[in-house]
Amino acid sequence: MTEKKDFQLSCPIPISEYPHVLLAHGGGGRLMHQLLEKIIVPAFSNEALEARHDGAVLNLQNTRLAFTTDSYVVKPLFFPGGDIGTLAVYGTVNDLAMCGARPLYLSVGFILEEGLPMETFWKVVQSIRKAAETAGVQIVTGDTKVVDHGKGDGIFVNTAGIGIIERNINISPAGVKVGDAVILSGDIGRHGMAIMAAREGLAFESTIESDCAPLSEPVMNLLAAGIEIRCLRDLTRGGLASALVEIAETSKCHIEIEETAIPVQENVQGACEILGLDPLYVANEGRMVVFVRAADAEKALALLRAHPCGAQATIIGHVHQAPASMVTMKSRIGASRIVDMISGEQLPRIC
Amino acid sequence: MCLAIPGKVLSITGDDPLTRTGRVSFGGTIREVNLTCVPEANVDDYVLVHVGVAISVIDEQEAEQVFEYLAEIERLSDSGDEKQ
Amino acid sequence: MKYLDEYRDGRAAREFAGAIARVVTRPWIIMEVCGGQTHAIVKFGVDELLPKEITLLHGPGCPVCVTPVELIDKAVEIASRPKVIFTSFGDMLRVPGTSGDLLSVKASGGDVRIVYSPLDALKIARENPEKEIVFFAVGFETTAPANAMAAVQAKQMELKNFSLLVSHVLVPPAIEAILSFSDNRVQGFLAAGHVCAVMGYTEYEPIASNYHIPIVVTGFEPVDILQGIYMCVRQLEEGRATVENQYSRVVNRAGNLPAQKLMREVFRVIPRKWRGIGEIPFSGLGLGGEYKFFDAELRFDLAGRSVEEASECISGLILRGVRKPPECPAFATRCKPEHPLGATMVSSEGACAAYYRYRRFQPLSDNSIIG
Repeated sequence: MTEKKDFQLSCPIPISEYPHVLLAHGGGGRLMHQLLEKIIVPAFSNEALEARHDGAVLNLQNTRLAFTTDSYVVKPLFFPGGDIGTLAVYGTVNDLAMCGARPLYLSVGFILEEGLPMETFWKVVQSIRKAAETAGVQIVTGDTKVVDHGKGDGIFVNTAGIGIIERNINISPAGVKVGDAVILSGDIGRHGMAIMAAREGLAFESTIESDCAPLSEPVMNLLAAGIEIRCLRDLTRGGLASALVEIAETSKCHIEIEETAIPVQENVQGACEILGLDPLYVANEGRMVVFVRAADAEKALALLRAHPCGAQATIIGHVHQAPASMVTMKSRIGASRIVDMISGEQLPRIC
Repeated sequence: MCLAIPGKVLSITGDDPLTRTGRVSFGGTIREVNLTCVPEANVDDYVLVHVGVAISVIDEQEAEQVFEYLAEIERLSDSGDEKQ
Repeated sequence: MKYLDEYRDGRAAREFAGAIARVVTRPWIIMEVCGGQTHAIVKFGVDELLPKEITLLHGPGCPVCVTPVELIDKAVEIASRPKVIFTSFGDMLRVPGTSGDLLSVKASGGDVRIVYSPLDALKIARENPEKEIVFFAVGFETTAPANAMAAVQAKQMELKNFSLLVSHVLVPPAIEAILSFSDNRVQGFLAAGHVCAVMGYTEYEPIASNYHIPIVVTGFEPVDILQGIYMCVRQLEEGRATVENQYSRVVNRAGNLPAQKLMREVFRVIPRKWRGIGEIPFSGLGLGGEYKFFDAELRFDLAGRSVEEASECISGLILRGVRKPPECPAFATRCKPEHPLGATMVSSEGACAAYYRYRRFQPLSDNSIIG
């Protein structure tokens, strides 16, 4: 009797203010982190989870594997520069790459909504095939379920992936040290704005293409050249800002970046300006931040720029001692401000 | 209330003044904008757009004023005349 | 981007800041009225460049913040009804009413949609003839022409399933209300540039002369704001009190006449209640004449209600510039963007949210963490 009562979840802090799940809980911001910290991590706690990195690094006898999973619920299913299939493959490949692993095998699970046109499903499967080929991975297992019409959003995709860590490396937020350089692999905001352009009510004609791309090759190139990578993080929902804040909070360091160093394409800037969105918080799918020793920064930059996915790589800031667990940005007029996570999704504004 | 962005008029359609519409480019991202309130706007002009409606045409000459004013202040400051 | 990036130039900003420092001889308190200006000031750190003699106060320039609680409650009620598609600007979705916000209505299954323009809401109405489409028409004078346009087009198209929930507010009466409070500290104003693009600035001339207070029509980028502050400080130092126009590339004295004509056709000036301030006469716009047909409060039979404000939130004092957000006991503790107590923390333009999100830090030698 007593056990049953103890088993009840008691959630004392802000989550209790939300009796229902909100979209913001999936947005990559504070609310999502609260969901992770208050409900998920305490339920499953173990060493791999505690590292709070993109993938789990597992020691299996003489091999170190990276293991990750992701689910994809993007709407619309097809957008300029990709579709849910490309996203699914590259997203998982990138999470593995962020651990310094060579991605090898993926699983793909589909939840299909009754009534989905078969041609749509076929197109998504072809995209997955092409993306897997480009990324050099194999889809080795999977599952398919169908739900009643109205119970799913067309297609939901879940992928899991394993990769092998070939060197004696340890890439995670814990590796970040004072003095490290922060490199951003390319311009930001493309994926989020490409999706926005297709949403009803906000539709605009745009030439913005998602930056969806596999980052495993540029990472392998850095490792092969002997660069000691302290930390990697691919930018997804929540944008550059959220990725940096997560790293600063986990590693307890202070990251300072310069606004003028951050590349944003003009058409992305235009779309952000109209809707009142800050590119720092807009989703990306083919961009990463790379933390390296300051002495290695120029070499790392050259290697990244030699690859199509890193052509616009640039140093955007450095790691400092204090104040701890914080990200600050020097604005283009020279003043500094704290960069924080936003609570949920960024919403378009008029004010 | 406040968020209005300058964009370049690429093309204009519509004979009825109430539905006169332009394709306006914001750094390459293009939106249809209602031009009813700026009947004087032409293709290649820059208009200020708020929630899909153009509320002003940007005056190119006045746009320079900010920097001319600044140059004047700097000139006065160099010659020690600023507080006059 | 042309006509935008130039006004964010670091060198020009620092030059103007330097000029302000050279001209100032004593403390001055200046208020910027517009939420967009507050956003830019805090985001780019404009106040950090100013000499310590200048204090910037953030006024009630966010129509989202000043929308009365009862109107949010009406929006929530309408949005919860079946067969209604409730459309709104993104800003309004997280503003707390008495029992929840529009986002929670969406979470419970209501059809709540963000639109960029009221004309997009019209499009939804045409495409969904069997549903009632309601648009939350919020804003200052800047947004009124677009909302008026939606009403005029709806009338032309003889749309029967479209209505507007109106919460328009006007700036000049708000400025006068602030100046007439006995604890007023404001000595100069930066007027909202985009409001003036529509309305011109003749309405501010009697205010400047009656209260002997300089008013500078100012734009929204850091260089604009710094030039506006410079012009205001020069007037204060010289004892002048007139209306000047910093934002001349967009604003002229008479304003946009076709836009004003549209507004007169559709709207009438009415008294409005401002959240945190109270009712100000002649400070709002409501649908008039034949356009009352499109009034959602009438269509859904929700007119004439009143709600008491929650006590801990001091938005009112903040909107009038009497307190700064860090002076509120609930700031950053019980009141944060994830769980806001009032509208000034919800809206990304609200002074409290702007302070929280873009708060400044200083090296450990200095105690203050918020600029």
